[in-house]
This record gives sequence, C-alpha cells and structure tokens, in this order.
Amino acid sequence: MFWTSWFLAVLAIVLAWPVPIILSRAQWPSRSPFTAMLLWQAIALAGGLSMIGAMLVYGLEPVGDNLLAGLRALAGMVFNNAPTTALGFWHIFALSAAALLTAHLVFTLLLTYYKIQRQRRRHRELLALLASPSADGPRTMVISVDSPVAYCLPGGARSVTVLSDGLMAALEPAELRAVLNHENAHLDQRHHLLLWAFAAWRQALPWLPTTRLAQEAVSSLIEMLADDVALKTESRATLIKAIAIVASGSPGAHGARMAFGEPDLSDVEPGQPGATGGAGSARTTASRVSRLLSPQPPLPEPLRAAVLAACVLLLAVPTALLIVPGLLG
Amino acid sequence: MASLGELERAVMDLLWAGHEAATANTLRDLLAQSTRAENGTAGHEGKDLAVTTVLTVLSRLERKGLVERERGTRPHRYQAVSSREDHTAELMHEVLGSAPDREAVLARFIGSVTDTEAETLRKLLGLS
Repeated sequence: MFWTSWFLAVLAIVLAWPVPIILSRAQWPSRSPFTAMLLWQAIALAGGLSMIGAMLVYGLEPVGDNLLAGLRALAGMVFNNAPTTALGFWHIFALSAAALLTAHLVFTLLLTYYKIQRQRRRHRELLALLASPSADGPRTMVISVDSPVAYCLPGGARSVTVLSDGLMAALEPAELRAVLNHENAHLDQRHHLLLWAFAAWRQALPWLPTTRLAQEAVSSLIEMLADDVALKTESRATLIKAIAIVASGSPGAHGARMAFGEPDLSDVEPGQPGATGGAGSARTTASRVSRLLSPQPPLPEPLRAAVLAACVLLLAVPTALLIVPGLLG
Repeated sequence: MASLGELERAVMDLLWAGHEAATANTLRDLLAQSTRAENGTAGHEGKDLAVTTVLTVLSRLERKGLVERERGTRPHRYQAVSSREDHTAELMHEVLGSAPDREAVLARFIGSVTDTEAETLRKLLGLS
C-alpha cells in the first residue's frame, strides 16, 4: 500500500509536468498526429487516475491491505457510523482531497458540456434565420459575411458546416472542396468530443501545465488530422492555397472590429500573450502550413508501435496497481 | 403548411425588412401575401395560416430573445430585438473570438493568425 501510493504520486507528478513539456516540444507528432493524439489521451487519463489513486491509497492505508478492502472499510465507517479513529488527520485529508478532486473533475466536465451545448443551440438558432442552405450539400450553409470564414458546428444529426460569401468568392472549386473535406473530417471523426474533454480538463485544473499543453496540442493535432483527410481528394498545393487565402483574408483583432462594427471585441486579441486561444491557434496555423510545405514521412512502424505500447502501459499500470492487489487478496 | 422553422425565418425576414413594430395580424397578412406571390394564385397555404400560428411563432422567437413585444398596446406589436447585421456580427464574434472553450463549441478552418503570419502567407501566394 505504502509503495503503491508513492509510486502513483511520482507518476502523477511526472505526467503533470515534465512529460507534457517534452511531448509538446517534440517534432514527431506532426508526422503521426493520430499516434500523438492517443498518447495525449493516455497521459491525461493516467495522470488523473494516478493523482486520485495516490491520495486514495494513502488515505486508506490504515484500514485495508489494498484499495478494495480499504474502500469497503471506509464504506462501513461512513454508512454504519463506525469509529474513524484508525484514520489520522492526513489520511482523512487525502481522502477528502481525492473525493473533492473527483467531484470537481466530473462537475467541470458536465458544466462545460452544458455550456457548450447552450452556445451551440443559440448559434444554430441564429444560423437557421441568417444562413441559407448551400448547393454543396445538406450539411452546408452559407452566411453573408464578406471575409472568408469557414467553420463547422457539431451537433449529431444537426451538424453543419458554415461557409461565408467571402470564402465562396475567394476560393476556386477545388480549394472549396478541400475546405469542406477538412471541416467534414472534424465532424466525422468526432473531434469536438476530444476538444470538450480537454477543454474541461483545462478549465478544472488551469494551473497544471499538462492541461494547457494537452489542450493546445490536441487542438493542433485535430487540424492536422483533418488536413490529412482533405489531402486524400485534393492536392497539397490546393490545400496550402486555401489555407493561405483564408488566413490572409481573415480579419485579425482589429479587422474583425472594423468589419463587423462590433464595439466590444476585447477578448478577440490573437497574437497577444494573454489570449491563449488566439496565440495557440496562430502557432497551429504556422505548423500546419510548414507541415504541408515540407512533408515528412510518418513515424516508422516500430516507433509507432512503441508509442502505442507506452499508451497501453500508462493506462494499465496505475489501473493494475489500484485493482489487482484487491482481486488477488 | 410551412414548418415552424420556415415560418420563424419568414417572420424574422419581415420584421428585419420592415424596421417597424407589427401586430400578429399584419404579419399574417404579409405572410399570406408573399405566399400568394410565390404561388401565383391564392394558394391554400396562405389561407390556412391562422393568427394563432403566427402568435406561436412570435412567442417562440420571443423566447429565443430575437423578438420583443411592445407592452401596453392592444393588440401587441412585435419588433426585432436587433438587426440582421447585429446578429450576424454576434455569430462572427463567437466564431472569431478566442474564448477558451470556443474551440470546443465550433471548429474553424483557420484559427486566428498574427499579422506577420498573414504577411508570410500573402507573400507565399504572391499577393503582395
């Protein structure tokens, strides 16, 4: 029990700080974005699991030889009002922290979901009144905005890709197809679920380096995955040109203010250090373009297999440490 | 019979175009007129449109915060809360904004770019 909690604590710290920093600086994720995405998910899950697990195991140490026995003993104390004298102050502290952290994570996840759903519903309501259906397909709508804008709004069967008049005017048909395929890839591969989970994680623990780095990495990796889908039907040059036209024509902070006459766009400040979203996506665009300009071969098969094995181990080891002793005993 | 969604759209188009508060009766007549204009004859769609249907549509729009009622007058007169342009700006604000969870709400083809980056891309294209 004792060594388990220390091992889990060390794992939690390693996954919270050095590992994400190293991974966020690595060059290989842009070569095999899917593999990198799995690794980020494994790090996030294993990090949370070992953080909560370490505190639980430490707190339950005096009342059980393993986690399951400890939890049974704890349930007995809570529900039968049995004396808790076996637990010292720090044990109770650790158990409360584990319970609070778990509740906080679940609550933030649900709250983020609710907020996202509400914003999407409002956005869809306005689109239904402002945008018109496009000839490109039932899931595509056109909105009358002069600057080139393209985005997708996920929502199950009501998912929709929105293009602006300005975009339709600026792009050739092949470039438009590249944009549409890119956006549809986001919808088909359910990228919004990943973004939701990582956004919630960041919201819940904003001071933890992992959460910010993971969220930025994931939003950059999904763009690369969607680019790869677009490349299946359109040429590299077409996609680069589409990105360049949209990026150079899309209004920045000040452009947006002028173009839409909106007085309060104070939170639209791309490139400013304070605006993490803007700065993050600026880096994303740069790495997307350089990845398309000088394509690198994907990671060799053995290396990819090694990363996948690392993912499995990351999840299996803490889970096994927490559960297996109880099952054997 | 047009769906409620289509009617909401038609009512908003009328309110946005008219710039003036209108009663449900006026709106019903205008809707019936435009249906007739489309069909070329006195189509049954226009005749079937009851004032209560228009009121239902208006209360749905009111709930969505798109339409407001002038209190104190009978019958109630309805008007758009903001112009079509303002609502478009509201959407684009959401699309272009960089709120942390914006990326989870919708996915943009291109995120915000810095001025230097936009410059580099323009050079790449030979635009400047």
